[in-house]
Amino acid sequence: MDSVPIPSQTVGPYFHLGLTEKHSAACIASSAANGERVWVTCRVFDGDGAPVDDAMIEVWQADSEGKYNHPDDLRGKQSDPGCNGFGRLGTAADGSCQFETIKPGSVPGRAGVPQVPHLNLAVFARGLLNHLYTRIYFAGDPGNEKDPVLGLVPQERRGTLMAQPDPARSGHWCFDIHLCGELETVFFDV
Amino acid sequence: MGHLSNARSIITPYRRPDPSSQPVLLHEPYRATIRRAPRKPLILLPHTLSEVTGPVYGHEDITEGDNDLTRQHGGEPLGERMILTGRVLDDNGRPVSQALLEIWQANAAGRYLHVKDQHPAPLDPNFTGAGRTLTDENGCYRFVTIKPGAYPWLNHYNAWRPAHIHFSIFGRGFATRLVTQMYFPGDPLCAIDPIFQSVRDEEAQQRLIARLDLETTQPQWALGYRFDIVLRGREATPLET
Repeated sequence: MDSVPIPSQTVGPYFHLGLTEKHSAACIASSAANGERVWVTCRVFDGDGAPVDDAMIEVWQADSEGKYNHPDDLRGKQSDPGCNGFGRLGTAADGSCQFETIKPGSVPGRAGVPQVPHLNLAVFARGLLNHLYTRIYFAGDPGNEKDPVLGLVPQERRGTLMAQPDPARSGHWCFDIHLCGELETVFFDV
Repeated sequence: MGHLSNARSIITPYRRPDPSSQPVLLHEPYRATIRRAPRKPLILLPHTLSEVTGPVYGHEDITEGDNDLTRQHGGEPLGERMILTGRVLDDNGRPVSQALLEIWQANAAGRYLHVKDQHPAPLDPNFTGAGRTLTDENGCYRFVTIKPGAYPWLNHYNAWRPAHIHFSIFGRGFATRLVTQMYFPGDPLCAIDPIFQSVRDEEAQQRLIARLDLETTQPQWALGYRFDIVLRGREATPLET
């Protein structure tokens, strides 16, 4: 066989059957995990601003000290056993899904420059021939100004990567994903 | 040791695939891309620990029999029984072990067990159409299932999807995450399927097609198909970050 990566194809409209009906994960960090507990509601919209009710979001994050639950994170100690680090949900009729987790710690970036707390996202949907990578940052974090990855994003688009706190509910954050259109979210070539 | 966030880490980034090996995001013949494909250029993200790590699965996630879609009910599903096997490798030719593979598919009549599938073909009480497995130390996997049927969809007048099986694969890092579809050799519907044709390069298209394999085929029981999957591999040089 040759050694060129296989092409991606869309997840289609029926992915629930194989991926989320039995194997979704709304809770990324259990109540045993250390750190500031947060609930992050993601909403997905298409280019017309209509909610996307057949998207799937996967989340990957570090624990409250910035350690990933993975053998390639070679630093020091074990990651927090309460923080699995992985979440996966399909969106509901209003385009939303809600993850429960903890705010991750800072993780190393390139050249020793730390990255501010963030969640790594992959977005899948009918109509997406490849999944889209984006990140969730927490609006108001004083480190955002100096983050090396946010620094790659034109200033006027950085806001699309910020989860906003819900003023009515402490610990709740909202993150809107616009697949295209005027408000298009920043997606990364990973 | 100081605070963890100040500790240096060694990472080995993943190689980026040649764009021609992948579908374009905006492919207008596949109509759903028009309102969903991003139009602004993606922002190049040099890999960090966030991209080279990813969810890791253990044996506890998989139950015996999860890879046999023909034995999940009281009776046997209708259709052409098949053994589907292959290897998951990276583009350096190294096997990817402990990779989680999840598959889902229509039944032999071309109907999904899904509330949104309104195709007036019969459901099969003996077939759900979902399975999962982990690759072994050589990157090998094996499913037993039935060949799915083609089915109509509403993309354009008289649109039919070629028979296919959906694959979801977790390699070692979030950067190697992949979802794709496997097609069957000699299917004339591939040539007129906008999803298959979103991959323009003919060699790349061939990577989506399983091949009939007589070595895997079991006499008097089931046809065998091989479908090897290459994921992105790592670059040659580790990087201190």
